[in-house]
Amino acid sequence: MSTPTTSAPVPPHSEAAEHDVRYAKSPVNSDLAPEKKVKLYTDMVRIRLFEDRSLRVYQQGKIGGFLHLYNGQEAVAVGTCSLLGEHDHVITAYRDHGHAIAVGMNMGELMAEMQGKFTGCSKGKGGSMHFFSPEKHFWGGHGIVGGQTPLGLGIAYALKYQGKKGCCLCYLGDGAINQGAFHESLNLAALWDVPVIYVIENNGYSMGTSQKRSSAGEILAQRAEGYGIEWAVINGNSMYEVRARTWEAMHRARERSKPTLLEMRTYRYRGHSVADANAEKYRTKAEIETYKRDFDPITLFKAVLIREGLLDDAKIEAIHAAAKEEVEAAVKFADESPVAPVSEIFTDVYAGIDEAPSQQLGTHFFNKDAQFVASKRIAE
Amino acid sequence: MALITYRQALNDALAEEIARDPNVFIMGEEVAQYNGAYKVTEGLWERFGSKRLVDAPISETGFLGLGVGAAMMGLRPVIEMMFWSFAYVGFDQIINNAATVRYMSGGQTKVPMVIRGPANGGTNVGSTHSHTPEMFIANQPGLKVVCPATAYDAKGLMKAAIRDDDTVCVMENTLLYGEKWEVPEGEILVPLGKADIKRAGSDLSFIAHGRAVITCLKAAEILKRDHGIDAEVLDLRSIRPLDEQAILETVAKTHRVVLVEENKPFCGVDAQIASLIADQAFDELDAPIKRVSSLDAPQIYAKPLEDIMLPTPDRVVATALTIC
Repeated sequence: MSTPTTSAPVPPHSEAAEHDVRYAKSPVNSDLAPEKKVKLYTDMVRIRLFEDRSLRVYQQGKIGGFLHLYNGQEAVAVGTCSLLGEHDHVITAYRDHGHAIAVGMNMGELMAEMQGKFTGCSKGKGGSMHFFSPEKHFWGGHGIVGGQTPLGLGIAYALKYQGKKGCCLCYLGDGAINQGAFHESLNLAALWDVPVIYVIENNGYSMGTSQKRSSAGEILAQRAEGYGIEWAVINGNSMYEVRARTWEAMHRARERSKPTLLEMRTYRYRGHSVADANAEKYRTKAEIETYKRDFDPITLFKAVLIREGLLDDAKIEAIHAAAKEEVEAAVKFADESPVAPVSEIFTDVYAGIDEAPSQQLGTHFFNKDAQFVASKRIAE
Repeated sequence: MALITYRQALNDALAEEIARDPNVFIMGEEVAQYNGAYKVTEGLWERFGSKRLVDAPISETGFLGLGVGAAMMGLRPVIEMMFWSFAYVGFDQIINNAATVRYMSGGQTKVPMVIRGPANGGTNVGSTHSHTPEMFIANQPGLKVVCPATAYDAKGLMKAAIRDDDTVCVMENTLLYGEKWEVPEGEILVPLGKADIKRAGSDLSFIAHGRAVITCLKAAEILKRDHGIDAEVLDLRSIRPLDEQAILETVAKTHRVVLVEENKPFCGVDAQIASLIADQAFDELDAPIKRVSSLDAPQIYAKPLEDIMLPTPDRVVATALTIC
């Protein structure tokens, strides 16, 4: 048997605590109201507990398909989304639970979506990988690696076209940087000064393949140089650094309509998906434990806020208790929700059919087996 | 009534819609300063400027996806494929994104985008520039696809497509761009999902779309002149949505049917139509359903052979005679 290639990324995680101290002085952090700082911590905890509970729900057989958990990367979604303004938008890949919670989606609609329930954010038509809330400027959850990168470009293009001073945060994994769609997007973003910010969440592994075995060059974000795009490597486990440096990119996008490529070095504790049963094939248990013990973004930021006098044991306990209660309520809501009626199979396919069926001519759906479908009832 | 080309009809449709709606913009390779590889957008950049006519680099995935994102935000992008054959490079954006984000978001989004360009063989350019992907598009719920055969329909379908709230793929034909038809002045809207009888007849029905309609009209003249057979020609115009009613009506009228398309036969559009007729008009048929398609090999370069490859009036006539 060959030895697994465990070329763990050596990101500047070890400096995360130090970075939090340095970037605490950035105005975007130093000017932040105490309750908003605590909210950053709270949201990371909420995501962590939501993910842990999702795994249990999955193991109970109530969630189908794939489940890509965000544990370990929380500071990226929470830090970046905490900066969103009126005209800013978000789009991401399939590891989307953290972003959905960070933009303010309700845990109940997310848990229900994963269980395929009618009360889910996408009525049970999208599942774990396809959370959407355009109302909160969250444009999905996308299942094809890199496939969302031109969409993020288009969202930002529309903002510019409409004369709005905003930007689009488009997240992708380190595996997605090798997709052609991403490179075409970078070129177009630079060519046309599109206010899109690509955020590579570099957790070191594209599925079971380490960065070293999949991507040429040591610094992923440096690929931006070929397109004349500003780039930065960021400690993705340091909340203050994530915020400070994302803010710079947002300023560049909003004020000068320029794109940026950010590489956030982080780490995921769980497998690529829950189906990734043997994560140790491509990395060691010791590696995972080291990250959890020494570089965990929640633990690190907790220490920062304790130092700042904003958190103590009682407050921390209360935050965890409230998050746990929220997660349990979400599970209960999902458990008690119905699956969509059979007729829902044929809605949300064509906007014209949904909104003005009488004005539509011709057959839109073929071989519908209408009688059979009408006779079917889904058991509660 | 003025005689105008299919190309001019498309150009008029695009100009009218750009002038009507500030959210409409055209993006594609060589669409602006070069005036369009096939001159469909000629003069529009000079008239409407660089915000409305955008020259894109050769990145079909990139600008198809850009179109999806911009459409989700409320714009109405018209994305030109220099050839529909090139759309294969960006198919992920069409099938996985344009067609499905509405469904996967539970109806929270829509993608009012047009993807347009020529999709035809018969031009002596080899397989990579000769594909006819209307059946791939029609196979994907969430997308619409139309194939205009005349200048009138090209104008009316293009305008309807731009105003539609779903992604509509408009498949044009380079062999028709220079052909002239009578087109009345002013607003023309041809609704999606409505077929059109291009020639009334009583002895058999040709059902076709795109340039195959023109081939069928020629075949119908030959049948009338040489054999005294009176053929009806039904132009589908729109593939999805499909005017099933019109198909069933012409079958009920003539009881004999030849399906003609420039697509390859396996799982072509006409396979679906044959299935529909067999399922819902079986008792109306006095003869087996016949199909005429492009010959089933990659599109050949050599001109004399390619001319045989596509449905020709004589092949259509010969097929018709087997059931009349």
